[in-house]
Amino acid sequence: MKEKVLSVKNLTVSFKTHGGMVQAVRDVSFDLYQGETLAIVGESGSGKSVTSKSIMGLLSPNAVIEKGEILYNDVDLLKLNENDFAKYRGADIAMVFQDPMTSLNPVMTIGNQISESLINNLNYTKEQAKARSLELIDLVGIDSPEKRYNQYPHQFSGGMRQRIVIAIALSCNPKILICDEPTTALDVTTQAQILELIKDLQQHFGVSVIFITHDLGVVANMSDRVGVMYAGKIVEIGTVEDVYYDPRHPYTWGLLASIPAFQAKGVELYAIPGAPPQMINPPKGDAFSLRSDWSMKVDFVHQPPMFKISNTHSAATWLLHPNAPKVERPVQLQDRIDALMRMHEGGKSE
Amino acid sequence: MSDKVLLKVEHLKQYFKLDRKSKVKAVDDVSFEIYEGETFGLVGESGSGKTTIGRSIIRLYEITGGNVEFEGKQASGKLKKEERASIARNMQMIFQDPMACLNPRMNIRDIVAEGIDIHKLAKTKEERDEMVYSILAKVGLAREHAGRYPHEFSGGQRQRIGIARALITNPKLVICDEPISALDVSIQSQVVNLLKKLQKELGLTYLFIAHDLSMVRYISDRIAVMHKGKIVELADAEELYNNPLHPYTRSLMSAIPTPDPKSEKQRARFAYDPTQHDYTTDEPKMREIRPKHFIYCNEKEFKAYQAELVA
Repeated sequence: MKEKVLSVKNLTVSFKTHGGMVQAVRDVSFDLYQGETLAIVGESGSGKSVTSKSIMGLLSPNAVIEKGEILYNDVDLLKLNENDFAKYRGADIAMVFQDPMTSLNPVMTIGNQISESLINNLNYTKEQAKARSLELIDLVGIDSPEKRYNQYPHQFSGGMRQRIVIAIALSCNPKILICDEPTTALDVTTQAQILELIKDLQQHFGVSVIFITHDLGVVANMSDRVGVMYAGKIVEIGTVEDVYYDPRHPYTWGLLASIPAFQAKGVELYAIPGAPPQMINPPKGDAFSLRSDWSMKVDFVHQPPMFKISNTHSAATWLLHPNAPKVERPVQLQDRIDALMRMHEGGKSE
Repeated sequence: MSDKVLLKVEHLKQYFKLDRKSKVKAVDDVSFEIYEGETFGLVGESGSGKTTIGRSIIRLYEITGGNVEFEGKQASGKLKKEERASIARNMQMIFQDPMACLNPRMNIRDIVAEGIDIHKLAKTKEERDEMVYSILAKVGLAREHAGRYPHEFSGGQRQRIGIARALITNPKLVICDEPISALDVSIQSQVVNLLKKLQKELGLTYLFIAHDLSMVRYISDRIAVMHKGKIVELADAEELYNNPLHPYTRSLMSAIPTPDPKSEKQRARFAYDPTQHDYTTDEPKMREIRPKHFIYCNEKEFKAYQAELVA
């Protein structure tokens, strides 16, 4: 077993609003291992970004951490005050945000923005910082670093800006890199380049990555393990192979089945009915039961615990209870999984 | 899908002036036809001009050059008032961001009925209400929703309202400009299924603009790939995915993520380099390489592509 770098235990975060407490994250636990990529997928409002912001200590002032701990090097990050947290943020745990235009300062040169973190976190001198910044600009695949060093964000394209943000994030050799939808604002071809870059740099720096996205195709490409979030909870977690070839939770089925890849034209897409629940009053029992075609009586009363399927794979659904009836996955999904399994067993790539 | 041409776009040019000297050629000499009852997909990256084409066709912009014909009649340039009204009624648009395209201070009844009011399609208030209720039912909303305001709805429901508003005038062509990009994954398939259902029921023709290639492949009969204001390849959906020829199309295809970890992890992606074309002596144009498969190339490239297809 690889070494744990981060351990999130029973994290529960709510937000004070006029309408009441919004229960954004409810009892989320997971471990992040050295050098791996853990993807967290979910729809907007599922709590994936709130989880990552809790790890970075960037929650907005109306957030209340109700319980739980986030252990990094045996330190509970949730108990740190702002001054102590600043020592970790950027230096040990760094983050890449969705929109590179809003995360860069428009009136500061690219060079100064990269150097800034080196000078503040690692006490580099100006000259050292510049030398290292030039290296980093080169490392993220941008030509003529010397010229680029003195340019401003508006002189870069979207993909280039995201490269700069990645350079800043990696400048202090962090142990953990959190990527919060880093390619959502980019075109597919640019997205492919940025994903390649993140993978290369992960090898180079040996950093562990938490990759937050709603795009299941991107997850298949990027990650070693994946956690699926719904209504503030992790409903299924496992290796990508576990989750893509043997999904167990009805929500995961719905998500995977609604992707049109390899879908025959005449067949209707599988659609999850309804919309995600309001988190001010989350439904009793299994939050997905209202939208699921596989709900049982118990789903509306009791929250399902995490059932272990294998050492790497577990899911929170009553369907895994020994007494539960045997059910079939949606046809669209089962057909695709069967076809993929046949293809891989045949030893052929696409 | 029939052989009747509903919309014909010829040498469409749409330039935008930046200042006195320079201009952007957002759409540069683009021609295509859309048949009645089909879904015509238009894909490309941001800035490729796909949205501009949609907006030029529906007369939101004054086109710089070229010609648009709708149902065999002139639909661009100076038109009589009745002709303009007819086009406005028969050509509708669904937008990307359902929050931004609905007036927050109008209730759903008035938003959806705007087309009725403009074209005077209803004689009495009751008739108007009935039309609104029946279209709301078609898109999966209830009549109780008519009195509410846009902020009371979720993203998917708002997009349904946008669809209802577009369909109220009983249009023939609906231009869908990234109708699902702003929606959550689980909601996207609901809306796509709805669009397909409505197409079947009402015999609609769609111009479907998107950047999500897997969704476009699923929904479209024919697809045009755009790059820098030009269509570089146009073919039936399956033909395009099975035999992509233009290097840009290939690069796009290689970048589509698929939900299959094993093949994803060993997938080779390649970048498109526009400088690989040498168009200095030999002028490129749209050429038909197979029946109904068009590609933008010069004579020399055309021969190379043909050789590839045979091989």
